[in-house]
Amino acid sequence: MTLQEIIKGLNLEVITGGDNLNLEVKDGYTSDLLSDVMANAQPACLWITLQTHVNIVAVAKLKDLAGIIIVNGRQPDKETRQKAQEENLPLLLSKETAFQVSGRLYQLLGKGK
Amino acid sequence: MKVLRTFKADLHIHTCLSPCGELSMSPRNIILRAVEEKIDILGICDHNSAENVPALLAIAKTYPVTIFPGMEITSQEEIHILGLFDNLEAVLQLQEEVYHHLPGENDEEAFGLQVVVNEQGEVLRFNPRLLIGACNLSLNQIVDLIHSFKGLAIASHIDRESFSLISQLGFIPSDIILDALEISPSISYYQALNRFAPHLPLVSFSDAHRPEEIGQSFTRFLIQEASLTEIRLALRNQQGRRIIH
Repeated sequence: MTLQEIIKGLNLEVITGGDNLNLEVKDGYTSDLLSDVMANAQPACLWITLQTHVNIVAVAKLKDLAGIIIVNGRQPDKETRQKAQEENLPLLLSKETAFQVSGRLYQLLGKGK
Repeated sequence: MKVLRTFKADLHIHTCLSPCGELSMSPRNIILRAVEEKIDILGICDHNSAENVPALLAIAKTYPVTIFPGMEITSQEEIHILGLFDNLEAVLQLQEEVYHHLPGENDEEAFGLQVVVNEQGEVLRFNPRLLIGACNLSLNQIVDLIHSFKGLAIASHIDRESFSLISQLGFIPSDIILDALEISPSISYYQALNRFAPHLPLVSFSDAHRPEEIGQSFTRFLIQEASLTEIRLALRNQQGRRIIH
């Protein structure tokens, strides 16, 4: 499923990386510990977190993630937006909780069938 | 002119005010243990509060120990950051800012008692705030606040798997203006150098929550006197002041 379809399905707000949405998303990863994401997230997955520090962009690039969904209506820091812009990384916002977003993405991707 | 000499510092000590600190962490017990361990400087850093600092300052007057008033603040990223000062007013100003941004009430059953005491160890009150919680200030905002009150900002126990700069943010942000990084007693200076290749000075303190943990880990500074200014010079390796590893 493409990132574009997921954005539509989950009603996400696109902050940055708007011209990089044709990526194929294979999986999701939900965590707020960046050390854990660095150790365990797989490439091309969409990362769900409430962290907004600029380091999230570097971790996403390092792990070749498809993008980041920031949950709970949190707003990314200014440096985070700038860095994501520079890296053309899709930074997406949701007003829902990590549990809700994860559950819906899990369904959208047809997991657990 | 005073000569440089070695000062032994353990700048990360909790008291009975921290919900996770033992009740035996009374001001007198802390000072007595520090004297026993030949510690010259103690940093008093309870979680998100400095209400036991006055008692420590009062009792330390009659002992050969210098107290640095401080706090261990939890950022919104859930990173622990030490703020250390050379006077009570500064830490109380910081405490006011932190309280303003710290939501929630303590549940004593779940987290423990938060005891404010006087220098005799008598209970003055119980702090009702959720001191174990995170305040809604970012890491950078907290570091800026500490510096605005002329304090030192040190990231706590960066080698730990929870509440540390590295566990929460994956790596040390290159633009961060911390004065030092603290490692816990469970890792040596050389192990930490290898693991983190830090661009900031490394210090080691005990993070004591029980009297017997005080001095379990410490840092030696070559400085003129037990002041924050001298420690700052040592962290920057200036004017002959330095950390002795």
